[in-house]
Amino acid sequence: MTAKNLIYDGTFDGFLSAVFYVFEHKLKTVRIQNEFTAQQGLFSENEIIITDEVKANRVWNGIKTKLASQGCYQLYYAFLSEQIGVEDLLLGYLQYAFSKTKNMGKDYSHPSILKIAQIAKSVGREKHRMEAFVRFRLTKDTIYFASIAPDFNVLPLIDKHFKRRYADQKWVIYDLKRKYGLFYNLEKVEVMQMDFPEHFDFTKTDAAFFSAQEFEFQKLWQDYFKSTNIESRKNMKLHIRHVPKRYWKYLSEKQPN
Amino acid sequence: MSFNRIQEKLKILADAAKYDVSCSSSGSKRANTNKGLGDATGMGICHSYTEDGRCVSLLKILLTNHCIFDCAYCVTRKSNDVKRAAFKVQEVVDLTINFYRRNYIEGLFLSSGIFKSADYTMERLVAVAKKLRQEENFNGYIHLKSIPGASDELMREAGLYADRLSVNIEIPTEAGLKKLAPDKKREDFIKPMVKVKNEIIQYKAEKKLIKHTPKFAPAGQSTQMIIGASGENDFQIMQTSNYFYKSYNLKRVYYSGYVPISYDNRLPQIGSAVPMLRENRLYQTDWLMRFYGFDVSEILNEQHQNLDLDVDPKLSWALRNLHEFPVDVNTADQRMLARIPGLGMKSVYKIINARRFRRLNWEHLKKIGVALNRAQYFMVCESNQFEKRDLTPEKIKGFILQNSTSKYQKTLSNQLNLFG
Repeated sequence: MTAKNLIYDGTFDGFLSAVFYVFEHKLKTVRIQNEFTAQQGLFSENEIIITDEVKANRVWNGIKTKLASQGCYQLYYAFLSEQIGVEDLLLGYLQYAFSKTKNMGKDYSHPSILKIAQIAKSVGREKHRMEAFVRFRLTKDTIYFASIAPDFNVLPLIDKHFKRRYADQKWVIYDLKRKYGLFYNLEKVEVMQMDFPEHFDFTKTDAAFFSAQEFEFQKLWQDYFKSTNIESRKNMKLHIRHVPKRYWKYLSEKQPN
Repeated sequence: MSFNRIQEKLKILADAAKYDVSCSSSGSKRANTNKGLGDATGMGICHSYTEDGRCVSLLKILLTNHCIFDCAYCVTRKSNDVKRAAFKVQEVVDLTINFYRRNYIEGLFLSSGIFKSADYTMERLVAVAKKLRQEENFNGYIHLKSIPGASDELMREAGLYADRLSVNIEIPTEAGLKKLAPDKKREDFIKPMVKVKNEIIQYKAEKKLIKHTPKFAPAGQSTQMIIGASGENDFQIMQTSNYFYKSYNLKRVYYSGYVPISYDNRLPQIGSAVPMLRENRLYQTDWLMRFYGFDVSEILNEQHQNLDLDVDPKLSWALRNLHEFPVDVNTADQRMLARIPGLGMKSVYKIINARRFRRLNWEHLKKIGVALNRAQYFMVCESNQFEKRDLTPEKIKGFILQNSTSKYQKTLSNQLNLFG
């Protein structure tokens, strides 16, 4: 049997449809790649997978009978890591889970289960960091706006958190890397895309877009951040471990005055 | 509000509040109701970290740094020549709400110097919390300081608005307190703590019968002790800590290495080092007590009154109790697994789950994340390679120290130089 290279559209449903295809055709040597990063294998045959919600749901329901809820969310989290090759890792994980009768989700001595648990953990950490490091700025049209560029695609994971918390204010969280954002309009959270002026500097607070009050509160927050530090206990190594430098550009307290 | 005035007050009153180490924002169950602002149901979040590496989770400020007391260890003591300021209730409310809306903080930690009287001060703290809850529909986290000597009635009201209440006993022994804070009495600290403890028990009991009983300080109580200001040994400190955990159902006891802020000759002089390593060892002991099933007397007792600085308290205990080892990770119960040096509770949990599928060897344990450089001397697994020599505790300690570098290396080598 020739090796197959399944190309899907990058969505979770698309991935599950590809898994369905693998089981349906009992494929042995197969890779799953999304259409943006797909590479042509030398001896394999490409197959475009059409996302099919019904098939995706069948696979997902099947997974739920095999894995406890922790295993299911680890699977989804790991998928959102967007790491090259994660689809094949997930497929291996699923093939192993479906081949056994008991719940394998906690078999931490199995290489692919431990690996998935570790990837899911990094994604979970990035999610938690975004919940912490998002800094809203009040725009002139009274929307609280934040831009982020997370390592993994965590927007689908953080919408509930922000909706619960900021139920009485309009807000936008925009992922600059993946060019889409979430908009909460006091009713529900919507996925949206925005056009920004060319060379727009997201680390600057431009008086043309942001409310006058915004500058005062940023200044107060910066002052507070300085006053609450104890100089004689200074420990920059620990500081940087907690707030890695790649996040500094979005934190108002880390901006030079 | 006038920006410049607020800016100055915030600088003074945040600076004065920073010696309170608690910054926890977890453990509450306050959900957002009626589309209000904020939610304190999840785990705590550290929104930033100061350059000293401490978490910034709450807006931590004093309502005022005017104080009628003269406690030697405190930066806002009456006799200290510092700028004084006081916030108005509305100013604290506005700052909290605006910081919260920008996702800077999880909520407010409000403490205060004592002006006029205990009740007068407590009343104002309660007024801030009440306004946040009732007028602003704020469901974020509120931590209020219980003012020593405040009346029971005010403490009860405070608990209805706050998620956590805390009163700092500051000095671990009564003798030390008498020396450094002659105006204060241990009973004054204890009184509000007892009141809050009893109310929490009562509200929890009522909640079982009537579902809509309001919450009372859902994140419990905590306290703080200063380390290295009044000459106590680690045994005394942890005994006090254990007593407070057991007698007052505290959620947390914090240990704060004394930062010299005074030329008072009863205290370590300005410029002397903050005892950060000792503080770290005390926290490790605290964790062993709360999560690892140790009794405090196993770690500190009449024979061992101070913690080792060069190795962690669990390793130190293990070296004194080699007859309990080696432990077989494939058969041992959770209690014994948790006692192996180099194994955290996360690894313990992973081992217990993983060994249901196959017997674990060194390779598995390494991948799971066990610190084998310490653990290898204390356990056996599915392998014929294990420590077969009959090593003395000193030998094992030597091997472990040779193969590890402590982040406190500098502090340690200074201390060794003194004696060597």
